[in-house]
Amino acid sequence: MNPAVELAGLRLKNPVLTASGTFGYGVEFAPYGDLTELGGIVVKGLSWEPRAGNPMPRIAETPCGMLNAIGLQNIGAHRFVAEKLPLLPWAEVPVIANLYACDVEDFARLAEYLAGQEGVAALEVNISCPNVQAGGILFGQDPGQAARVTRAVKEKAGTKPVIVKLSPNVTDITSVAKAAADGGADILALINTLSGMAVDVRTRMPRLANVIGGLSGPAIKPVGLRCVHQVSRAVDLPIIGLGGIASAEDVLEYILVGAWAVQIGTANFLRPDTAFRIAADLPKLLDDLGVTSWEEFRGALRA
Amino acid sequence: MPDDTLMAADAASSPVCREFTVLELRRTGLKADLASPSKDGPDHSHWLLDLEPPADFPGEGGWTPGQFVMLRPVSWAFEPLWARPFSICMLERGVLRIFFQVVGRGTRAMSVLRRGDRIVVWGPLGRGFVVEPETPTLLLAGGIGLAPFIGYARRHPRPDTLRLFFGHRPEVGEYPLDLLPQGMAVEASRQTCAEELACFVGDLERRIAEYAGTDGLILACGPHPFLQAVQSLAVKHRARAQLSLENRMACGVGACLGCVTETTNQALPVKVCTQGPVFWAHELRLGVDLGGNQADLGGKV
Repeated sequence: MNPAVELAGLRLKNPVLTASGTFGYGVEFAPYGDLTELGGIVVKGLSWEPRAGNPMPRIAETPCGMLNAIGLQNIGAHRFVAEKLPLLPWAEVPVIANLYACDVEDFARLAEYLAGQEGVAALEVNISCPNVQAGGILFGQDPGQAARVTRAVKEKAGTKPVIVKLSPNVTDITSVAKAAADGGADILALINTLSGMAVDVRTRMPRLANVIGGLSGPAIKPVGLRCVHQVSRAVDLPIIGLGGIASAEDVLEYILVGAWAVQIGTANFLRPDTAFRIAADLPKLLDDLGVTSWEEFRGALRA
Repeated sequence: MPDDTLMAADAASSPVCREFTVLELRRTGLKADLASPSKDGPDHSHWLLDLEPPADFPGEGGWTPGQFVMLRPVSWAFEPLWARPFSICMLERGVLRIFFQVVGRGTRAMSVLRRGDRIVVWGPLGRGFVVEPETPTLLLAGGIGLAPFIGYARRHPRPDTLRLFFGHRPEVGEYPLDLLPQGMAVEASRQTCAEELACFVGDLERRIAEYAGTDGLILACGPHPFLQAVQSLAVKHRARAQLSLENRMACGVGACLGCVTETTNQALPVKVCTQGPVFWAHELRLGVDLGGNQADLGGKV
């Protein structure tokens, strides 16, 4: 079958996107595959001003996962537009800008600027980063705030779809998802990293300078599946699922529980051609399983 | 300021990701092979790993000494999760050779590889050391930091202009000094106690001062405290020096931002994997007090 999929007007050649923070600005992975063979590219989280991020060490390896406390180091929205966006084949593959700001007004300003760029196909609103002092996850843990940020971004996004990326670090993810929907979100993406930490008994030190970081990788796939399953039954919006996806079979697990598309995150670090390989593997797996349409397969979990 | 400022020698060719085959794994210092991995207590053993690259991997002319590869056995599945970065020790005649020491889970798992095992490799990565064929060049290696200098010396057009000063803790026989070109000046110095370390640092300073005085080139690779010492002494004596950092990495391609380091001329931390691993010593902030001297070196290099 043709793996193409359309979410809120966002047309994807296939449902395999890359996750923000794990694929650089896209250009870093150009030597390892054809970027236009991906469903879409979500670039490193962008703030209005460049950010230096958190102190080192800011990554740690954990069983089947990793912790990070990068703290949204990025070159800022203007340099991204001037230096990176022109290098991406945005006419052939949707490039999605991930936004981070400390307050609602900054989110709106950033959304207006990035949505105004021809090469940006959609905006992804990061209200779920656990590694920054202000903003980030605080917006994503309060349904009222989540709705306010979403509304502010949506008002400035023009015709471009707005994706709201949710955190699993909440008691009830469906309440935040509903709030984002009320705020005008076109698409939901879930999950961001799980808050976690790692320690060293010899040095008695935390393994991250920030002490607490975000857990990602195959270890969190069950949590991601659970969240997509719950939200897909509570909110009538297309969902992009992410969390621990490392194979075409993982992609179909997410779609089976209700996702329309997926993002490949930490698996991009395991080998840099991961997302390309998954996109290439998917049609054959669909044929092997006898899947003839996404509508037939999506959410078709026998539960 | 551009994000990808050229700090050292530029990459020789575009990196690729391919599966390699293990040709041989040999423990150095002892008569050991694939069938008898390390058995003696806390394992800090040293190994030479030979891999067979596929035909389309950059060959002998496609890399710069000081560059590295990320390496991840297919058998690892998700544990350990990350690939591991290794300096290219040699890439000659269809063989990629890595020299590594067992220091943790990843390298321990690599020490039981067998002939025919499949390894995912991506590279060559990063920017290597400068080569100035006619300039007297001092290579400063600390322990496993020897690895890139084997390739550097073997590729150098005038190995007679090179001199290696090598500090180590395990016995010198653990290190494959026999892979260095014939006739190259090599001094090895072992430190097993604080007094010997102090003596080594004194020797280090004398050599750095000597090369600074003759406008020679100094290249260093080794543990962080070793590099801090070299940086401090190089700045003190106004020597032209490059350092190769060995920071922890997840991706090796500039995406994870886990390997960054701070420099004196960039507003944001720089990526060791793509903007290094080799940097001019005076441009780095390695956590030592340089007494403000580094600014004076800007026009000298």
